[in-house]
Amino acid sequence: MTVRTPAEQPPREPFQRLPEQVHLAAYLPGGGESTAGADFASFERLARTAERGLFDFLLLADLDAAGRPEPVTVLNALVGVTERIGLAATVDTASNEPYELARRLATLDHLSAGRAAWNVAASADPLARTAEFVEVARELWDSWTPDGVVRPFAHRGRHFDIAGEFTVPRSPQGHPVVIRPADDSPEGRAFAASTAEVLLTRYGTPAAGRALHAEVRSRLAGYGRDRTDLKIMAEATVVLGATDAEARERAAGIGAPDGRWSFVGTAESVAAGIEDSVRAGAADGFVLVPHPATDGLDAFVDRVVPLLQERGAFRAEYTGTTLRSHLGLPEPVWKG
Amino acid sequence: MTPPNGRGLLHLAAAVDQTAAHDDVSVHVELTRLAESGGFDFVTLGDSFARPGFDALAVLARVAPATTRIGLVPTVTTTHTEPFQVQAAVATLDRVSRGRAGWCIDVSTTEGEARLFGRRHAAPVDALWQEAGQAAEVAARLWAGADRADPHPVHHPVRVVDATDRHARTTAARYADVALVQGTNPAQVGAIRAELQAIALAHGRDPDELRVLAALTVDLGDGERAAEPGHGGGGPRQTAQGPLYRGGPVDLAELIAAWHETGAADGFHLTPVEPRRDLERLVNGTAALLQHRGLLRTFYPGSTLREHLGLGRPAHRYAVTGGTS
Repeated sequence: MTVRTPAEQPPREPFQRLPEQVHLAAYLPGGGESTAGADFASFERLARTAERGLFDFLLLADLDAAGRPEPVTVLNALVGVTERIGLAATVDTASNEPYELARRLATLDHLSAGRAAWNVAASADPLARTAEFVEVARELWDSWTPDGVVRPFAHRGRHFDIAGEFTVPRSPQGHPVVIRPADDSPEGRAFAASTAEVLLTRYGTPAAGRALHAEVRSRLAGYGRDRTDLKIMAEATVVLGATDAEARERAAGIGAPDGRWSFVGTAESVAAGIEDSVRAGAADGFVLVPHPATDGLDAFVDRVVPLLQERGAFRAEYTGTTLRSHLGLPEPVWKG
Repeated sequence: MTPPNGRGLLHLAAAVDQTAAHDDVSVHVELTRLAESGGFDFVTLGDSFARPGFDALAVLARVAPATTRIGLVPTVTTTHTEPFQVQAAVATLDRVSRGRAGWCIDVSTTEGEARLFGRRHAAPVDALWQEAGQAAEVAARLWAGADRADPHPVHHPVRVVDATDRHARTTAARYADVALVQGTNPAQVGAIRAELQAIALAHGRDPDELRVLAALTVDLGDGERAAEPGHGGGGPRQTAQGPLYRGGPVDLAELIAAWHETGAADGFHLTPVEPRRDLERLVNGTAALLQHRGLLRTFYPGSTLREHLGLGRPAHRYAVTGGTS
C-alpha cells in the first residue's frame, strides 16, 4: 500500500480543485449469503482486511433469522481486534425498544472509542414509527451532559411514551452515526434528508445515482442541514481481471449483479471508475458487497486501494480516530 | 481428577463488576485475564437498567477476544426485552467466545425500569420469574433447532440464576445450569441446595445437572492472616449485600476447603469488594493454595464453559430431530 508523507505529495497546480475523497465500506453478510452462521474467525479476518485497506467502516447484516449472529455483539468483539475502522450494525426498529437499543449502541460507541454506527434497517414498522424511534434514541444519547452529568429524560409521542434516566454517559461521537438504506418513496427521501448521516443506495447507473443524490441534497437545507451532513454511499460489486476483457468474461459468467452498481475490469479501470463516479457526484463512496465471483476483499485492498491512493482520491492513513472523522461528518450538537 | 476429599473439583467464579462510577473496559479485560490465570470457571458482570453502566453482554463480548478459556457470564434481564433478541445476543456471545458464554438470568422489578420502556407496569416478582424461565426455554429450543444445520453450533450458553430471592428458586431449579446461593455457613447453603434439588426432581429434572455455587462477598484488605474478630476466622457475617467474608486469602482458602468438604456447594462465586486488589489476592493467594491442595484445576482441560463445569448439553430435552425426546 502506498503511504505518503505530506512532504512527498505531488505539487498541485494553484487553484486546482482537490480531488473528491472516496469513502469505502465493506458489507459483511450475517450468514445469509454464505454459510449459516459465520464463525468469529471469518468476521475477524474480514475486519482486519478492511482496516488494512483503511475503509471507513464495516457494515454487518441484521439479525434476520434464528441462528444468525447478532450484529452489535459481533462488533463489540471486533473492537478487540481492530483499532480505527468504523463498526456499523444493521438493526431494525420493529423488534427492539428504543431504550435498550440506544443503550447497546452507546455502549458500542464507548467501547470502540467513537467508531459505532447504526444502520436503521427497513422493517415492518411504518416510517413514522421508525423516525420517532430514532428521535427517541437521540434524546437518550443527549440526556447526559457532555461533562458527564445524567439528567432525566421524558419522551411522550405517538409511538413511544417513556421516561427515566439513561444508564450510559454521552458517547465519544456524541451520537453513533445513523445510516439508512434509501427507499424511493417521498417519505423515505424526507426521512433520509432529515435524519440520516449516511444514505445507502442501490442503483445500476451513474445517472440514477446523480439524480437521487441531487434530489436528496436539495432537501437538506429544508431541515437546516448542510450538504456535507449526509454522505451517499452506493452498494457495489467489484469483479477484477488481468485485462478488462477477462474481467467482463468473468462477470458475464455470474449474471446480472442484482441491480447494484458493478465495477468490472482491471484494477486500474476499477479505481478510475470509482474515482470518476465520485467526482461526477454520483455518490460519495461505495459499500462493497461480496459476490460469489468477486475476488474478495483482499484483492480489492491489495490491488485497487493503492491505485486510489496514488490518484489522491483515498486516504493514505487514518487521520482521525472516530467514524465521524473518517466520514467527514460533524459531531452532533448537544441538545440538553 | 478427584481431589483428596473425594468430592469433585471446586468450581470458582468471580464477579468483575467495577465500583467506580464509570466503567473502564480495560479494567474488565485485566480482571478477567487475572481470573483466567487462576483457573476460574467463569466471571460474571452484573447489569440493570436502574443504575449507570454499560450493557454487560457488550462488555464481555469485548473481553472475549482478549481471553481464551474462561467463561463469560453477563447478567441479562428478560422483563422488558424480546426473548428472540435476548437469545440471539447470548448465542452470539457464545459464538465470538467459541463456546464460553453464559447468561445470568434476571428480572426487572421496579416501576422505574418499566417507565424506561413504557410498555407495561411493574409486575409481581413471581410472574416475572416465570417469564424469565420461559425466556430460557425459548432460547434453548431455538439453539437446539439451529444446531442442525449450523457448521458452528452454539454450545448452549450456561444458564445462571441467583437463587437468593425465594421467588427465583423455581426458575433456578427448573432451568438453571448454575444456581448462586447465599449463606453464612455450609448448613444454610446446603439447605437451599436441597430445596432446589427437590424442586428440580419434582419437575422431572436430574438434580445433578444443577451446579450450586455459594455466593460470598470478599474483602481481603486486612492482610495475610489478620481477620476482624468474629469475621474472617469465624466465617462470613450477614450484611445487607449478603454474606461478607473479611480476612486474609489463606483463611479464605481454609474456609472454602472446609465448606467444599461438607458437600454443601459445588464451588463459590466470589465478589471482591475492591476488584483489583482482592481479585489479585484471590488468584495468587487463595486459588494458588487450593490448587496446591488438589482442590482446584491448574489448567483448563476443556475449551467451553460447559466443559469447565462438567455439564453435558441440555439439547436432548428440546431435540427436534431423530424422533427421541
